[in-house]
Amino acid sequence: MAKTHVTMKVNGAEVEGLVEPRTLLVHFIRENLQMTGTHIGCDTTHCGACTVDLNGMSVKSCTMFAVQAAGADITTIEGMANPDGTLSALQEGFRMMHGLQCGFCTPGMILRAHRLLKENANPTEEEIRFGIAGNLCRCTGYQNIVKAIQYAAAKINGVEFQEAAE
Amino acid sequence: MIPGQFSYHRPASLAEAVNLLATLEDARPLAGGHSLIPMMKLRLATPENLIDLHGIDALKGVRRDGGNIIIGAMTTQHELLASDIIATALPVLQETSLVIADPQVRYMGTVGGNVANGDPGNDMPALMMTLGAIYNVEGKGGARSIAATDFYQGAYFTALEPGEILTSISIAAPPAGHGYAYEKLKRKIGDYATAAAAVVLTMSGGKVATCRIGLTNLSETALLAVAAAQAVIGTSLDDAALKAAAAAAEAIMSPAGDGRGPPEYRRYVGGVMVTRALQRAAQRAK
Ligand SMILES: Cc1cc2nc3c(=O)[nH]c(=O)nc-3n(C[C@H](O)[C@H](O)[C@H](O)COP(=O)(O)OP(=O)(O)OC[C@H]3O[C@@H](n4cnc5c(N)ncnc54)[C@H](O)[C@@H]3O)c2cc1C
Ligand code: FES
Ligand code: FES
Repeated sequence: MAKTHVTMKVNGAEVEGLVEPRTLLVHFIRENLQMTGTHIGCDTTHCGACTVDLNGMSVKSCTMFAVQAAGADITTIEGMANPDGTLSALQEGFRMMHGLQCGFCTPGMILRAHRLLKENANPTEEEIRFGIAGNLCRCTGYQNIVKAIQYAAAKINGVEFQEAAE
Repeated sequence: MIPGQFSYHRPASLAEAVNLLATLEDARPLAGGHSLIPMMKLRLATPENLIDLHGIDALKGVRRDGGNIIIGAMTTQHELLASDIIATALPVLQETSLVIADPQVRYMGTVGGNVANGDPGNDMPALMMTLGAIYNVEGKGGARSIAATDFYQGAYFTALEPGEILTSISIAAPPAGHGYAYEKLKRKIGDYATAAAAVVLTMSGGKVATCRIGLTNLSETALLAVAAAQAVIGTSLDDAALKAAAAAAEAIMSPAGDGRGPPEYRRYVGGVMVTRALQRAAQRAK
């Protein structure tokens, strides 16, 4: 099958590649671009480990063809640190609140939480849980992921993070 | 899982898309891709040509046209949830969108794809039948309109002719003060319905004046429960009326047995969904 030339912006840099139409975006990112932070968990659109930010949407990159993303503006976990290399609020939140154990779901969780906080800077616990419902974690039980996102929201809003009483 | 090979096309106009679908071998429209791509990855679908509809501006957006709301086929569930027109005129569409899949799927999944797919598990078809929606389609032979109630013929079989594109959905806005509810029983977020029921009704003097009821995933296609609705019209939705409606709805269900439960169970909870949807819709009606 003839390959198609695609260009897109990934973490602020213009990238290009030759892909078959059937190449999934997640494979383009992991194999052509060699950015392996975006994970493949289920490969069936359920787990959210492959979530990237694409033109202001959280997208499961195992369920989109790379050719569909031509011209798109994409952020992956490799683009989530602050420009000076320090951890962004969300990354710091996951670290401080023990929001990960094995870490497999974490890139997808952070990318999804990134868009959630852009759309709703001050979410309630319920809104966070509903907002990350497309991301599965087999380790943490979600409690600390919710806290990590609350920590990041507080930091972004410039207020002190207060852990809710259990 | 890697899909089979295909050629990808991204037309910029509806005319071009219609032409590609008519002339290319085994061509299929690609909307949000969140039913089609998983099927292609499993090789349950192996189209030779994919016609991506994302480049066609005419298929996007929500607008009012007199008393009708027109929803472009490529409007996503996420966009429905953000639309002021939908929030005011058709809040039941938002209630339904919120129980479809998960946030990521709602950013990509389109209303047109949801209703054109023909999967009995999709939530929008029963709602569209309940709302008396009209599907506007276009193919090589021209444009035509099909009532949602005439559209579904069997699992994955619809009135859409090969090469036809669903362009938009027209819905007459229900009267101000109408009551509505979409009740869906599912095992977890992101699951298709074990059973679900849509209700749109109006009340007058404490009695049900008009009522329509739709059922999701309780047969080979979405169903309009006409006798069940008839059973509550003119009543104050007392226990006897609710029981009669649930029984009439259960009588037309023929759910499959699957991981969501055996047919008897799904029929029973189907009746429960009808009862709850009627009660909640009536509470909301003014
Ligand atoms: C994890 C997961 C959970 C889900 N849960 C639910 C759920 O609870 N409820 C639910 O309703 N859905 C659910 N879905 C399905 C989802 O809503 C899909 O997005 C939807 O069924 C199809 O819409 P799409 O835009 O993605 O269409 P696509 O997948 O692109 O297309 C689906 C079919 O319709 C055809 N088609 C699409 N648009 C048109 C058009 N304009 N004209 C003619 N033909 C067209 C395509 O050719 C294809 O055959 C789920 C999906 C996933 C991955
Ligand atoms: S790998 Fe994409 S959703 Fe699981
Ligand atoms: S930390 Fe292991 S899956 Fe989430």
